[in-house]
Amino acid sequence: MSDDVVGNGATSGAIGTDAVKAGLARMLKGGVIMDVVDADQARIAEDAGACAVMALERIPAEIRRVGGVARMSDPEMILGIQNAVTIPVMAKCRIGHHVEAQVLQALEVDYIDESEVLTPADEASHVDKRAFTVPFVCGATGLGEALRRIAEGAAMMRTKGEAGTGNVVEAVRHMRAITRDIRRVAAATREERFAIAKEMAAPLDLVEWVGQHGRLPVVNFAAGGIATPADAALMMHLGAEGVFVGSGIFMSEDPPARARAIVEATTHWDDPAVIARVSRGLREAMPGLEIGEIAEGGLLQTRGW
Amino acid sequence: MSATGSSRPQIGILAVQGAVSEHEAALADVGARTCRVRTADDIAGIDGLVIPGGESTTIGVVAGGSGLLAAVRERVDAGMPVLGTCAGMIMLADTVAGGGTQPLVGGMEIVVRRNAFGRQIHSFEADVDVPAVGAPPMRAIFIRAPWIEDVGPSVEVLASIAGHPVVARDATRIVAAFHPELTDDRRLHRLFVDGVRARAEGLQQEEDTVVGSQ
Repeated sequence: MSDDVVGNGATSGAIGTDAVKAGLARMLKGGVIMDVVDADQARIAEDAGACAVMALERIPAEIRRVGGVARMSDPEMILGIQNAVTIPVMAKCRIGHHVEAQVLQALEVDYIDESEVLTPADEASHVDKRAFTVPFVCGATGLGEALRRIAEGAAMMRTKGEAGTGNVVEAVRHMRAITRDIRRVAAATREERFAIAKEMAAPLDLVEWVGQHGRLPVVNFAAGGIATPADAALMMHLGAEGVFVGSGIFMSEDPPARARAIVEATTHWDDPAVIARVSRGLREAMPGLEIGEIAEGGLLQTRGW
Repeated sequence: MSATGSSRPQIGILAVQGAVSEHEAALADVGARTCRVRTADDIAGIDGLVIPGGESTTIGVVAGGSGLLAAVRERVDAGMPVLGTCAGMIMLADTVAGGGTQPLVGGMEIVVRRNAFGRQIHSFEADVDVPAVGAPPMRAIFIRAPWIEDVGPSVEVLASIAGHPVVARDATRIVAAFHPELTDDRRLHRLFVDGVRARAEGLQQEEDTVVGSQ
């Protein structure tokens, strides 16, 4: 990027750099990103202390119920949410659908989620995220998948979990897999990392980076199936740097109270007394779904590679 | 006051939400000890406070509801040094332009505009000359950053971009619209911690004088 591209008179200014893209995720740490389908829900989320909202037409549990092809949301609806709140607004594009991503960038969303919750548009390739000024967040089930997305330009990661189930077990599985493999890479010798990179189908330079630093190069949130304050705190205990809550808030009986409680539990994740206090009297959580009851081909986490 | 005196001051970092670990690393580099401040009780033993970047509405909602903001305000009003970056600058401002009812710490005579440079797609990095920390300019990362629209007589502007102040200080507060915690340049953290040390030494001398005169 050349001088003064930012148009504010500063010298040597540059937009869309890695530091700027990954930096926003750093500012979201310790926070809760909530799925919302309209401006009213977005305002409830902001008032409850959400650090960002994800604008989408249907929350994952609804997508699961309705079936069919799930696509990028109507720009009208995204603009309505952008106008309703001052916190960052994210939106989802289909895996590999770089034109949906270009549309979302033209709308000036703050982050694009290239998401397995929508129906994939490309069975071979994900979006080349380095070609964009707007940063991307992507899901992963393990370290190799996370490093492939980061190599493509993802500036933030999240677990895939199993969206729309209200069942945290898959997010736990994915977070544990990522942290276990990070420990393994960190303990490995340089020679061993060549073999690990091959086995994980991940770029060697990123495997080396993880080995030296003992963490992912970008912020990593938990997502998929988080429905209660205790779920959110559990994910923080397991190493998540923040949480996405999709269906868990607005499919529950008292969304404003539950939203606020999950925010509090994410800040005070290591203080059981706080989690006990905020969990009282929240009424019913969203109905949960056993992973084993999902029909074959119905798992969202197996989309993407 | 801190048990070990002023050489390694204890700096609290408001840890409701945001870039906490980045400030911990930066403060350790300039010789400070750090602790995370999540409740009003955590504030008792600290010599200075950092309010990090994050979402100012989130920090305001969570810290405002628990009484933490009021506790911070009391300590800062009593002279405890504080550094605010991005959201932290908003939290310390007396006024946020364009209204809004978000809970703030307040106390600094500045009018701040949130997201002044626009949405994330307009976030940028640039060289910013900050004479108070010397040459060369700081590589400054601005993320959905605010700027300062107006300052009162107690405030000294330390750096500006296109006529908008982005770094400023008064007797107890240093604020930056960008994120010095995201780069390796520690000069702004050093300026802050030097101020914390100077104040702690001053308080120690006062205490000694009181003890000596008894």
